[in-house]
Amino acid sequence: MAILLNRSTRVIVQGFTGKIGSFHAEDMKRYGTKLVGGVTPGKGGQTHLGLPIFNTVKGAVRETRAEASIVFVPPPFAADSIMEAADAGIKLCVCITDGIPSQDMMQVKRYMMRYRFEDRMRLVGPNCAGVITPGQALMGIMPGNIYLPGRVGIVGRSGTLGYEAASQMKALGIGVSTSVGIGGDPINGSSFKDILKLFEHDDETDAVVMIGEIGGPQEAEAALWARDNMRKPLIAYIAGLSAPKGRRMGHAGAIISAFGESAQEKVEILKEAGVVIVPTPASFGEVVADTLARTKKAA
Amino acid sequence: MDIHEYQAKELLARHGVHVPLGGLAYSPEQATYRAREIGGSKWVLKAQVHSGARGKAGGIKLCTNDEEISNAAEAMLGRKLVTQQTGPRGKLISRLYLEEAVDIAQELYVGFVLDRKEERVMIVASAAGGMEIEEIAEKAPDSIIRATVDPGVGMQRFQAREIAFGLGLDHNLIGKATETIFSCYQVFRDYDASMLEINPLVVTRDGNLVALDAKMSFDENALFRRPEISELRDKSQEDPRETFASDRGLSYVGLDGNIGCIINGAGLAMATMDMIKIAGGEPANFLDIGGGASPERVAKSFRAVLGDKNVETILVNIFAGINRCDWVAEGVIKAIREVGVTVPLVVRLSGTKVEEGRKILAESGEAVIVADTLAEAAEKAVAAWRAAKKKKAA
Repeated sequence: MAILLNRSTRVIVQGFTGKIGSFHAEDMKRYGTKLVGGVTPGKGGQTHLGLPIFNTVKGAVRETRAEASIVFVPPPFAADSIMEAADAGIKLCVCITDGIPSQDMMQVKRYMMRYRFEDRMRLVGPNCAGVITPGQALMGIMPGNIYLPGRVGIVGRSGTLGYEAASQMKALGIGVSTSVGIGGDPINGSSFKDILKLFEHDDETDAVVMIGEIGGPQEAEAALWARDNMRKPLIAYIAGLSAPKGRRMGHAGAIISAFGESAQEKVEILKEAGVVIVPTPASFGEVVADTLARTKKAA
Repeated sequence: MDIHEYQAKELLARHGVHVPLGGLAYSPEQATYRAREIGGSKWVLKAQVHSGARGKAGGIKLCTNDEEISNAAEAMLGRKLVTQQTGPRGKLISRLYLEEAVDIAQELYVGFVLDRKEERVMIVASAAGGMEIEEIAEKAPDSIIRATVDPGVGMQRFQAREIAFGLGLDHNLIGKATETIFSCYQVFRDYDASMLEINPLVVTRDGNLVALDAKMSFDENALFRRPEISELRDKSQEDPRETFASDRGLSYVGLDGNIGCIINGAGLAMATMDMIKIAGGEPANFLDIGGGASPERVAKSFRAVLGDKNVETILVNIFAGINRCDWVAEGVIKAIREVGVTVPLVVRLSGTKVEEGRKILAESGEAVIVADTLAEAAEKAVAAWRAAKKKKAA
């Protein structure tokens, strides 16, 4: 099923009736996502976009058997919504909200550990573009039409840079199995490594494109894991070559504050781990095409 | 968001951390008055700028009488302090802090940061205080003690006690050190700090433990619930280009190049800047217009970018998902007509409503250089910048 999401995944929207939630709920429905309802406390029992509204996530899960939830709740309340989803037995939660305090995210991650591994919710984001399995379902804010269904996985921090990669690939006829935005915050639900593991074990993915950026240890950690455990080719780009040290480049997490966090240093670490490097953001398509051709030849 | 040393000390003192007696001054007269208020015979005058490494840059002076205080204050006020951390532009000194001088027996380091690997608050301490933590890590790596805090229950006293013993302190100081470290953590947590550094934390000759310097930064995402911290913002310490942009809700970082950037999405913005660099140019700024940008917002972005006099070319790169290329195109035309764009302008549009957007640009009759791909956009921007420069020189 590619990873995380397919056409039969039952999805609810938290922050369903807000302007942003409504806009994207319609868009996701149009794309083919199996939307089964939404949650807005106090509006339970009403309907919105032809779907039932619930007061609580537990209520929604009970009535709709929802397995996945997408969160559009404003930053002050978003952490609470994520924990509510975790406690209601949601399996996959995608949080789009940008601006959640770091301490809230620390608590969210600590809270999720109270569940046994098998029962633990997977969180993607926050501050991300979401997840799309092209041709099947969309749980996010990306424009669905730029993705061709196919067999290359994409995982990245940035939304728009992910679009750039997908459209360059589409121009060369290369499709995507699933694209996952892990978000630009310093503390996020799923790391690059977490998503690489899923792609490595997915029968419908042949290669993975990782789109990283300055700041934090996750790209290096993923590269080392890939070196020791991954058989599929890993292709990576790191944004922020021209970013100065100590300055936050838009994303809360895009800041070089320690050794090994600059784009140049990360590229070196990745190269050493045997990752194929995309040298410029204009060459995603080319490098992926080359890598796929080489892998085919070798097989 | 950063705050000044005196502000951090005020916060810490309110929560039981010992700091030297001190007072704020905006003039040499005020500084000497503060000396009399504090008493004693030795004082330290410290420039209040958002930067470390002030001592080496001449921002900290030991004084023993009114004349020395007055002269040092005169020399500092109104000047820009250039430290290793400020960049060549430096930071304006408009506030001074005068403190009683302390007799130092030992200098320690205590810092709190958000550790991204552990996803927890980490405490870093060392008995080799006084130097920057990077220097400690290089010169005395074995002296560094680390501990992380479980966000479920918060820091425990035993953790602070372990650090106090680990620092090799005298037994009669263990209680004081434990309380100091514990209080620092509480300030960090209660005010949503992202960094707190006490360097040095000193043991005085009379057996006290005092925070001689204090540096704090705060999580900007949490300022909505910390109004008392938001009030501490000092715009004079920011790049005026960034203040202009942030007052208009734009995410902007000023750099030193000549090609102004207007882009949607932080990742694409960084990548476009990289592409400009690869094509042989230098970006003047990072600017993310965000999602759902209206024509007005685009025009505002032009104002922010053109506020930088070094900008000699502008590159607009939009990959519209929740944005709309037609709105962006309208904003570009609006900016040309209302803001006035005299430098070459390259626009690349892609994604939602791209055909409509391109049509608006083409039919406007304005001199817009259009590009289809990211590579083409960067190349055209650098070429236009070179041509404009040549023309200027001729």
